[in-house]
Amino acid sequence: MATPDFSKVRLHIVTGKGGTGKSTVAAAQALALASTGRNVLLCEVEGRQGIARMFDVEPLPYAERRIATGLVGPQGQRGGVVHALHIDPESALLEYLSMYYKLGRAGKALDRFGVVEFATTIAPGVRDVLLTGKVYEATRRNSRNKGATVYDAVVLDAPPTGRIAQFLGVNNELAGLARMGPIKSQADSVTTLFRSDRTVCHLVTVLEEMPVQETADGIAELRRHRIAVGGVVVNQVRPRDLDDDDLAALRAGKVTKKRVAGELVTAGLPGTATLVDGLLAEGRDHAERRALEDTQRAVVETLDAPTYELPRLVGGIDLGGLYDLARLLRDQGMA
Amino acid sequence: MSASQRQPSRTRTRVGPQTLTGGRHLDVDALLDDRRTGIIVCCGSGGVGKTTTSAALALRAAERGRRVVVLTIDPARRLAQSMGIEALDNTPRPVAGVASGSPGGGSLDAMMLDMKRTFDEVVEGQASPEKARQILENPFYIALSSSFAGTQEYMAMEKLGQIHTDAQRDGTYDLIVVDTPPSRSALDFLDAPERLSSFLDGRFIKLLLAPARGPARLMTAGLTIVTNALTKVLGAQVLRDMQTFVAAFDTLFGGFRQRAQKTFELLQADGTAFLVVASPEPDALREAAYFVERLSEDDMPLAGLVVNRASPAPTDIVSAEEAMAAAQRLRKQDPESLTAGLLRLHADRVRLAEREAMLQRRFGAAHPQVPTAVIPALAGDVHDLDGLRQVGTLLAGERPT
Repeated sequence: MATPDFSKVRLHIVTGKGGTGKSTVAAAQALALASTGRNVLLCEVEGRQGIARMFDVEPLPYAERRIATGLVGPQGQRGGVVHALHIDPESALLEYLSMYYKLGRAGKALDRFGVVEFATTIAPGVRDVLLTGKVYEATRRNSRNKGATVYDAVVLDAPPTGRIAQFLGVNNELAGLARMGPIKSQADSVTTLFRSDRTVCHLVTVLEEMPVQETADGIAELRRHRIAVGGVVVNQVRPRDLDDDDLAALRAGKVTKKRVAGELVTAGLPGTATLVDGLLAEGRDHAERRALEDTQRAVVETLDAPTYELPRLVGGIDLGGLYDLARLLRDQGMA
Repeated sequence: MSASQRQPSRTRTRVGPQTLTGGRHLDVDALLDDRRTGIIVCCGSGGVGKTTTSAALALRAAERGRRVVVLTIDPARRLAQSMGIEALDNTPRPVAGVASGSPGGGSLDAMMLDMKRTFDEVVEGQASPEKARQILENPFYIALSSSFAGTQEYMAMEKLGQIHTDAQRDGTYDLIVVDTPPSRSALDFLDAPERLSSFLDGRFIKLLLAPARGPARLMTAGLTIVTNALTKVLGAQVLRDMQTFVAAFDTLFGGFRQRAQKTFELLQADGTAFLVVASPEPDALREAAYFVERLSEDDMPLAGLVVNRASPAPTDIVSAEEAMAAAQRLRKQDPESLTAGLLRLHADRVRLAEREAMLQRRFGAAHPQVPTAVIPALAGDVHDLDGLRQVGTLLAGERPT
């Protein structure tokens, strides 16, 4: 078994354009990383409770909860444990204050005066630092942190590609409170981790023009800000039931009705014109879409990042589907 | 054969503009042609095609004789190019190539929102030049206006209010189509004005103003703790910047609140129509459902749901099970069989369409009052007026030409 592509990485940030399935990929990556007994933490920061829905558990609190057993290892080894953490800025702020300033009573007073709301929703930049600060804390833990779970890997289901640089706090063009006050030192430590070789940012896309373009832009931006780009995960790929020759023949209209009708009869179906025409029309449509996918795949290949492909799951994503995707990611070397 | 007896009920589920799955059909042309419709707001979660839908609606309305302006937030580059709105100058520009039906008929202008500039303009419009400069140069203001989580939403609504006022005064437009920002949640843009104005009004601001206003009589023990905590977290400089900002901004608060209130009322007015955009995915439809509920709570006029990117309807020929079984038989004889591949693809398509239809049926069952239009996914991306026209045709429930 070859070494996985990101075996030295501790923090996997997963981003992608809206609708491409980044949360699904983050969850599958967490399951895949947890195979062979590793301990993994899956974090979400957008208040959606998407993890709870995917893993079919009660809404997650601001606490690390065991939610699943990792994928079974390649030699049948028992999987490790996947924990999940729902990070909300209010809880992160109060935890931050009590940790660094021992503000027991003042914490409550802050809430009463609307300061918590101010800091978490209005004060520019502070919200993101609070969220990434918690991820930082979880990633950096080691055996010295008594009573806290130490993780071999942390997977962050991050905001979409369009906001990722700003979220990670590396986009210094924007002035933010977090860039000025004492929490600046906190923000700086977080940035140092993000720029280290223990962090990569994966991008999820589908093979359509706009998401691929956004992925290319996102990669350029991340690299400009010295964040290591991990893999590009090409999600929701159409089924490959036809080979290139068949697809070309369908596009060129060179598949005869007679051939299809004959094969249908062999298969025990009526070779009627309706059936033949219907199948051929669907086949041509599919062939056209596959050609467009190929064009976009060629663009993805120019992005200078390892790519991993996941199929479109017709039945939607359930827990079993997540394990299937996890296995596919591991088999391709992503975990 | 029991499989084929079950077949009719399994294969009759179709996806397409003609199909109604639980809800009523959304008549897009009637909405666009109704002169009372003055504002259309497209909302929904990220990645569902809001911008394209907004642009397609605007173009269709213009070509049906309306004088339209479309306010987009973050259009894809090529779409922006084709509409000539790459330059982000916060002013509507005419879109070339719009085929207005009759002389003196429709027209289309488009603009892309510049949130910082919109905020600056509001400040400049409300304060004396000197005070405005003071505010615009304040570091806290600069941070607030360029990165406050919600500024974009707030400014989109602000810009809508401005364009509406101008259009009423000058008679420039009779329809405004608004795209909403790609928020974490589709609800953010409704909440942002409230959030900002409650901040500007809140106890926190009063706390910041208290020291600036001198007498320390307000400085109770609690306040001292809070100020000290803030100084520790934010730093004394930041706190001073904020106090200066708040003091300078003080007289503008009332104006801001009033404007936010007016925009909110404008959204509730009869001339406004909300279109909730979704894709046939559980997450997007869940967001859409929240949105529908929220709109009705706030008395916002909901016109309907647009389900974008629906899978192409399978031909009603053979069930997924039968197709898979037949494909398997064929593959046994000839592993390379093309027809086996076609049958498997057909099964895949039927299952996908069934799943999407089920999701829509559930939405329709929970929200039977919401008229719905279903738009099949196009093979390629839309980046020119012809593409937008095609989407418009599909929105109206016609077969594309």
